[in-house]
Order: sequence, then C-alpha cells, then structure tokens
Amino acid sequence: MKVIYTDNNATTKVADEVIEEMVPYFGQFYGNPSSMHTFGDQVGKKLKQARQRVADLINADPDEIVFTSCGTESDNSAIFSALNANPDKKQIITSTVEHPAILNLFKFLRDKKGYDAVFVPVDKKGHLDTDMLYDSLSDNTAVVSLMWANNETGVIFPIPEIAKKVTEKGILFHTDAVQAAGKVPIDVKAANMDMLALSGHKIHAPKGIGVLYVKKGLKFHPYLIGGHQEKGRRGGTENTVSIIGLGRACELAAAHLPVMDKEVRQLRDYLQEQLLEKIPSVSVNGDLENRLPNTLSIGFDAVEGESILMLLDKESICASSGSACTSGSLDPSHVLLAMEVPFKSANGTIRFSLSHYNTKEEMDHIVATMVPAIEKLRAMSPFWKDGKMV
Amino acid sequence: MWDYTEKVKEHFMHPRNVGELEDANAIGETGSLNCGDALKLFLKVNENERIIDASFMTFGCASAVASSSALTEIIKGMTLDEAAKVTNDDIADYLGGLPKEKMHCSVMGKAALKKAIADYRGVQILEKPGELVCECFEVTDLEIIDAVKANNLETTEDVTDYLKAGGGCGKCLDRIEEVIASVKAKG
Repeated sequence: MKVIYTDNNATTKVADEVIEEMVPYFGQFYGNPSSMHTFGDQVGKKLKQARQRVADLINADPDEIVFTSCGTESDNSAIFSALNANPDKKQIITSTVEHPAILNLFKFLRDKKGYDAVFVPVDKKGHLDTDMLYDSLSDNTAVVSLMWANNETGVIFPIPEIAKKVTEKGILFHTDAVQAAGKVPIDVKAANMDMLALSGHKIHAPKGIGVLYVKKGLKFHPYLIGGHQEKGRRGGTENTVSIIGLGRACELAAAHLPVMDKEVRQLRDYLQEQLLEKIPSVSVNGDLENRLPNTLSIGFDAVEGESILMLLDKESICASSGSACTSGSLDPSHVLLAMEVPFKSANGTIRFSLSHYNTKEEMDHIVATMVPAIEKLRAMSPFWKDGKMV
Repeated sequence: MWDYTEKVKEHFMHPRNVGELEDANAIGETGSLNCGDALKLFLKVNENERIIDASFMTFGCASAVASSSALTEIIKGMTLDEAAKVTNDDIADYLGGLPKEKMHCSVMGKAALKKAIADYRGVQILEKPGELVCECFEVTDLEIIDAVKANNLETTEDVTDYLKAGGGCGKCLDRIEEVIASVKAKG
C-alpha cells in the first residue's frame, strides 16, 4: 500500500534532488575539505557552495553559518555559548511550549546548575505572554531562547519583534527555528537575532545535520572543542555529504516557500474543513491565523490518540498524536497542557503535518479513513453516547 | 512504535464483547478521561454466581482495548470466585504479553473486574484505601505495596509501568522509592 506521509514535523522525505547532489560525495569524492590538496579541496569548494545556499535561506552571511549534527546540538551550543559569555548572569528565559532540546536543557540548568529559569506561559491559543516576557528581562538575564514555530500546533511566535526588543536591551537572543525553516520566510538581519537553530531532516535533507546561525561579531564559545573546523566554532571533521545535501535542500526550500504558503496551506485547510464538517465534537488546537501553513493539530473528544494512529496505520497513513500513550510518558503533550486544552480532546489529538509532496487525493483518503475510525472508537468509548460526550 | 503482539493488534482491530450489556447486573468502572484510559465492565451473573455474559466500553490505547477484550473472554463462564482469582498477568498472558510500559492496561482490567464483583455482591470497596502517593493518577501507598509484592517490582520505573504512579509530574517519585524500600525491608 502506498504510504500517505503527513508527519512532516517529525521528519521529511529526503528530496530526490538532495540525494542526487549527495551521492558522488559518499564514495567518489571522499576527501577532507581541510586538506592541502586538490582532491580534498574540491570537497571544500562544494562545502563553500552549500554554506552559501544555507545562508541564503535565512538572509545570513556564509561566515555566520556553523554546521552541527542536529537541531538539538545547535540549541545546546547556543545556550552554553550564551552562558559562557555571561558567567555573572544567572537568569535564563524561555517558554513552556519549547521542544525538549530547549525545555529539558533549561530544566537541567535550573536543577543542576542553579540558574533561575523563567518559563513564560502561553494562552489557550498558544500565544506567548509577551508582557510577562518583557517584564522578566533584567540585568541578570543571560539569554532568551524562544521557538519560532511550535512543532505540535504550528503556532508562530512573533520572533522578529521579540528579538528586537530583547537585543535592544543588550540581552542575547536565540531562536529554535527548526519548524519554521522552509515553511515561513526567515530573515535574520531584519530580525536582529544573535543565534538561530535549524535542522536538516525537517526540510528534506538527511538526519544528522543541523545549523547554528551565529551573528557576525558575537563572541562565541564552542560546545564541541577540537579542531579549527567551522572557524573554531565546532570541532570535528565536517559531515560533508550531509552538508552538501542540506545546501541543496535549503535552495529547494527557498524555492518552495510560495508553494508552502499557497498549495500546502490550501491542502491543510481542506483537510481541516473536511474533518470539522464530517466528524462531530472536534476542535482545532492553537491560533488558526498565526500558524505554520502545513500543520493541523486537531482533537477528537472521547477517544484516545494512539488508537486513532493505529487505525490510520492500517491504511498506511502516517501522523502523530499528542496523547499520553504514544510518547511513553503518561501525560498528554506539555504543549497542549500549557495551552489548557481540556483532557477530553488533548488525549485524542492528532497532528497532521503536510509537505508539498502531499495531494488532495491523499487528504480525501485521510478523511475517508478518519470518519469510520472515530466512529468505531467512540462506539466503544464509555464517554460517548448518542452522538455526544457523556 | 510499541512492540505489540499479533494478538494485541487482533483484539484491538476486532475487539470481542464491545458495548453496554442491556441486562447487566454488575458493573465495574475504573480510570478517567484525565488518566488517558478508562474501562467500564458489564457482567451478567446468574443465580449460581456464574458470569454468563460480559462486555466492556473502553477509552484508551490499543493495549487498553485489547486488555478489556481479553478480560471479557477470560471471565465468561467463570464463577465469581474463579473470576476473583484472575490476575493482571493472566490478561497480559492471554494476549501473548504486553510491552512493559503498558502493563497498567492489564492492571486496569483487573481493577474493573474487582469492582464489578463487589458491585454484584453489594460489597462496598472503600474508594482508594491507604494514603495518596501519586496525585496525577490517584494511586495510594497500599496499591503500590500490593503491586510491588505481587509482581516483585524493583524500581520506580517498574511501579510507573504497572500503576502509572509517578508517570505524571514526577514529584512523588521519592515517595514511591520509600514505599518500595519499605516492602523490600520487610522481605
């Protein structure tokens, strides 16, 4: 059965063009880009091209791009650099709905390193309480780190505006833009941010490659200390193949931004409308306007997410869930809880995240699968009777 | 993805005995929406205390549905005394095993059965005897002690897998550790 892949916020298909670009560098061109011979240097030149392509996606200079192993490494590197640059400042600020790469790092810094970590809450639509954020800023603030767009709901924070206000006070600002990249335009110069994290596998490049943008002139303290690679900002021989793939993926992502904004958005909206129309007691999580064009987080009352995913899986439909049971933890997602999404729909929340590879036929098949799936689960739910919650 | 047995998947896709039993004369309910799973068990018991029919309604994951389905199949035809001896392990074994993290689904089946039997006999089960340890999932120290003894649990993770206790906010983990230690100390 053909796979219908609507879990693109988890990971994406590696684009054929990206694979094509990478293949020669697996075997034929295996040289070390730092070597003092033409054989290695031809890889070095290709790396330079990739760096330029990545920089272009976010309007950065190539020198401001540091390649890492993943989004998590980029986030960790950014925060530790900020703390090392400001050893006397003990307050760190983030939000309650961050990815674990930031959330758990901040909890670690609070619990094990004595930092005063501030977790700024969100409202029911997923909007950040910016008043509280700005009120929290002080001379003691070492860094503010906020996600550009939420992985579960797609809700977008006003990062350029926040970055300006934070950096105006001389406080370092980092953003986790892993979900935003390739889905909405990013301009680091206009936003005046200090650091920004990207991940390759969310934008049709392979897993195992990440990017940290570091603003020119910023005093950077490396996380991986080693050789001179990445201008001393990240030791370790470059993952040349993946970097080359990522360069091509960034070029494609830039070209696809209008497609994301129009066609993918239309598909997502169509899926949302159909599910709302054909299934009762359904609610969409998060702000419908300030939202990534590809993401739909939708809660079905009185049923449980893992069961829905199992029924979707029968039809080779890939999605993910905000429910407790799928994650191995026992509480529904921290994002949905922070937004005070009621338990009745939080446990039955499914996230569909689309890409430009999806089609309208696929959306129709998802709807045709979801309608009987929800009916079946509600028929056995003790919380559902005569067409409504009990 | 969970490593479910074929039997778990089969019982999830085609659950036996789903729905309300019109003429049930014993009902046992456990779990809640907030917990993420809940089970309502219906029994039809004859004058000889034999379970002549059983059905269920379940909100939960695939293993919760499969455990409920298995439970009804196991107890049909049993006397209440026989059914009272059914353990959560019996339910898991019937399904060819459950992932460790999903053992609480079988525990939920056992709890609903206990309540249904008490309901039939008109016995009052004191709601949650003992001292509340896990607030997120409303688990008491006595329940933890029972589970630790019955299943020879060693760690807080074991307790979370069986009872969910400690799997929410996590602030009771130290207390769970103390309870385990107290059981082990008594041998």
